[in-house]
Amino acid sequence: MIKTNMPLRMVKDKASQGLVFLFSVLLAIPLMVILFYVVKNGLGVMSWTFLTHLPKPVGESGGGISNAIVGTLILVGLASLVSIPMGIFTGIYLSEYGNTKTAKYVRLCVEVLQGIPSIVIGIVAYVWVVVTLGHFSAISGGVALGMMMLPVITLSTEETIKLIPKTLKEASLALGVPYYRTMLSVILPTGLNGILTGALLGISRVAGETAPLLFTAFGSPFMNANITKPIQSLPLLIFNYSTSPYEEWQKLGWGASFLLISMIFCLSLITKGVTRKR
Amino acid sequence: MNQEILKIQNLNVYIGDTHIVKDISMGFLRKNITAVMGPSGCGKTTLIRCINRMHELIPTAKVTGEITLYGRDLYAFNPIYVRRKIGMVFQRPNPFPTMSIYDNVLAGYQLNGVSLTRQEKDHIVQDALKKAALWEEVKDNLHRKGTFLSGGQQQRLCIARALAMKPKILLMDEPTSALDPKATSHIEELLIELKKSVTIVIVTHNIAQASRISDSTAFLYMGELVEYESTKKMFTVPKDKRTEEYLIGKFG
Amino acid sequence: MWTDRLQFFEIMFKKTLQVFAVLVCVLLGGIFLTLLVKSLPAIVSQGIRFVTGKEWDPVMGNFGAIPFVEGTLITSFVALLISIPFSLSIAIFLGEYFKQTWFSSVIKSIVELLAGIPSVVYGFFGLFVLVPFVRSLETPLGITPYGVGIFSAALILALMIVPYSASMSREVIALVPSDLKEAAYSLGATRYEVLRYIILPYASSGIFAGTLLALGRAMGETMAVTMVIGNSNLIPESLFGPGNTMASVIANEFTEATDKVHLASLIELGLYLFVITVVINSVGRYIISKFTIETQTQ
Ligand SMILES: Nc1ncnc2c1ncn2[C@@H]1O[C@H](COP(=O)(O)OP(=O)(O)OP(=O)(O)O)[C@@H](O)[C@H]1O
Ligand SMILES: [Mg+2]
Repeated sequence: MIKTNMPLRMVKDKASQGLVFLFSVLLAIPLMVILFYVVKNGLGVMSWTFLTHLPKPVGESGGGISNAIVGTLILVGLASLVSIPMGIFTGIYLSEYGNTKTAKYVRLCVEVLQGIPSIVIGIVAYVWVVVTLGHFSAISGGVALGMMMLPVITLSTEETIKLIPKTLKEASLALGVPYYRTMLSVILPTGLNGILTGALLGISRVAGETAPLLFTAFGSPFMNANITKPIQSLPLLIFNYSTSPYEEWQKLGWGASFLLISMIFCLSLITKGVTRKR
Repeated sequence: MNQEILKIQNLNVYIGDTHIVKDISMGFLRKNITAVMGPSGCGKTTLIRCINRMHELIPTAKVTGEITLYGRDLYAFNPIYVRRKIGMVFQRPNPFPTMSIYDNVLAGYQLNGVSLTRQEKDHIVQDALKKAALWEEVKDNLHRKGTFLSGGQQQRLCIARALAMKPKILLMDEPTSALDPKATSHIEELLIELKKSVTIVIVTHNIAQASRISDSTAFLYMGELVEYESTKKMFTVPKDKRTEEYLIGKFG
Repeated sequence: MWTDRLQFFEIMFKKTLQVFAVLVCVLLGGIFLTLLVKSLPAIVSQGIRFVTGKEWDPVMGNFGAIPFVEGTLITSFVALLISIPFSLSIAIFLGEYFKQTWFSSVIKSIVELLAGIPSVVYGFFGLFVLVPFVRSLETPLGITPYGVGIFSAALILALMIVPYSASMSREVIALVPSDLKEAAYSLGATRYEVLRYIILPYASSGIFAGTLLALGRAMGETMAVTMVIGNSNLIPESLFGPGNTMASVIANEFTEATDKVHLASLIELGLYLFVITVVINSVGRYIISKFTIETQTQ
């Protein structure tokens, strides 16, 4: 029998397991603290007025953030409008031509795009849209957010389609169904859940983004549905109000944080529901 | 009366640089079942995929030679047209998971954008499902998803889906290899019934199956057509040594 | 003939796919060119001083980026250091030790929730809770009690990148072939030994790549950092002093930059951020794809 230091080995084993356990569980503390503060300061602010009214000028109490809620919806909608179809088509391309050299470069571009800091995307949207139009606008914010959503949707579409059995495509082609109809009417519906998951992931990724909106959507105290005008959004409002010296605004900021986090968590719950149905 | 509906002449298939199918010439008789046999990897699938031009999905595949349907060159048509005339059933049942049984049978029409009246649809579905011997089992569940059926039922659904397009020829690539013996014999009976109206080419590893259902048998070995005879003849007095060895089970 | 029309649709569809795919590459190229062209005024007027200068003074027209480069490097490396024990533990927890237990789904949810909190909310929390807390620690230690500063930013940043690098490492650890692990167990190895001598060495290149990608994230993170770093354009005096990162100074000064060279200098910072993250992502993705292919061909 080879002699090994069994007690020491066991101690090391237990110790490593304990450390892994400890560090993993420790992470719950900051999460709890953050959620505690957001709920404590934000829940009290929630009211019908908060959700449906416009902000009041400094010094007056009350008021709401309806413009930011509507703005966030518009910005996310604008972003989805281009990035979802474009992401789906690029995803189909990657899954169909995945082994060609071009496709490898395209995939690298998508992955790199995903890694570009949001503030840089903001600069680019500023140069492309704000400078061209001559002023800040909702559309420029939509462009910035769209660029951030695109890689998420592309990669999840690719993953989804790759998982669909090849025989399904062959079955359709063997019936004399043209290739484009096979992809659009057989493959896409089969992968609908996965693609939907990707879209929802993309939306929850950009719904909380502030940096790319700082000098594109810019923010506005008014209700606005004109996409060529500056527009408010929840994250922008949180940034402006939390760094303001007015306690009244800071309170609204906590309320908006609570609302934004709830929205994003709900989105991820829906995403999970969709994924499970697969 | 027994004319050749489909004729293959000097067919060669290359995938990349490998020569897969080597100079095959053969004809298929109308309303017959032709079995294609041979050891794994000898090119059976590749051969029958050339007939409905499914090999074109492989970018590196190259074909020389000629295939004619009713004396007309298959490769002069659009592949989509060819595939509507020549149906295919695959090794694993593959009904469309998003569609009901009813829609699966009609898939060939609906995906091709053919508009049909309700009556026409009902008629096509009933007719195809009856031909595929599935009607009695599913007639009360036509609007449920096809994926709930058993493997054998799913395979018959796929046969119905192919038959609904009223093909002249039905290509089948080991259609029973994923099924249990009972479902297999069910499909064999069905094929014998079907040959009254359609020409069938079936790839099979199952020697007994070929002898039970086919009229003639082709034996492929390493991409070459070694022997092509009436089934009865080949199974009693094979001409080639390799055929004999295969029939008594010397290759896997 | 109807088949001609079909042929047309087929070709159109394939072309559309290709056009969209190429468009993505064009987008990336366009981003680079835009940044390059728009930072030309700064490149021309500042030249090499931009990357060697220690002074950033928009009023005098001096734009030296060293303070921000240092700020970026210090915050992101400190954040990475703090985050590694946590992210690695979670990756091992989820990928090996407590795989598929109810407890691992709790940990998974915690990580997902952390990942879902927007950057600006991290910043808000940092400003109102973490900064006073750090300040209260600094006073007894005899450090100038700013509260805001490099250290606070690194703490928040660490928290933000843990979910990302944990999920990257977990995917890599999950790829370690189970027959390797089983072979080691069958030789009588303990879990620690399997982890230490089989899993970690095997997955090391993948974990390194994941850490690299997390570093890229940390360097580009903007809002939370901007809100707690103190926004000083001087070279940070200590780990606890205020500073600025490349990303945070862009966020701070971009809308106020009326001077052409000032704006171009900010864009030049963006250009460098872009180049750094492109390099980091390409290298990281390359290592990971190589790692994945290796595990699959075994
Ligand atoms: N897409 C492909 N790319 C490269 N080679 C291929 C491809 N498809 C088939 N081959 C090769 O062609 C040869 C014949 O394959 P084929 O599938 O026709 O054999 P088979 O007779 O149907 O075998 P089995 O009985 O196992 O189904 C094999 O050597 C195979 O490796
Ligand atoms: Mg085969």
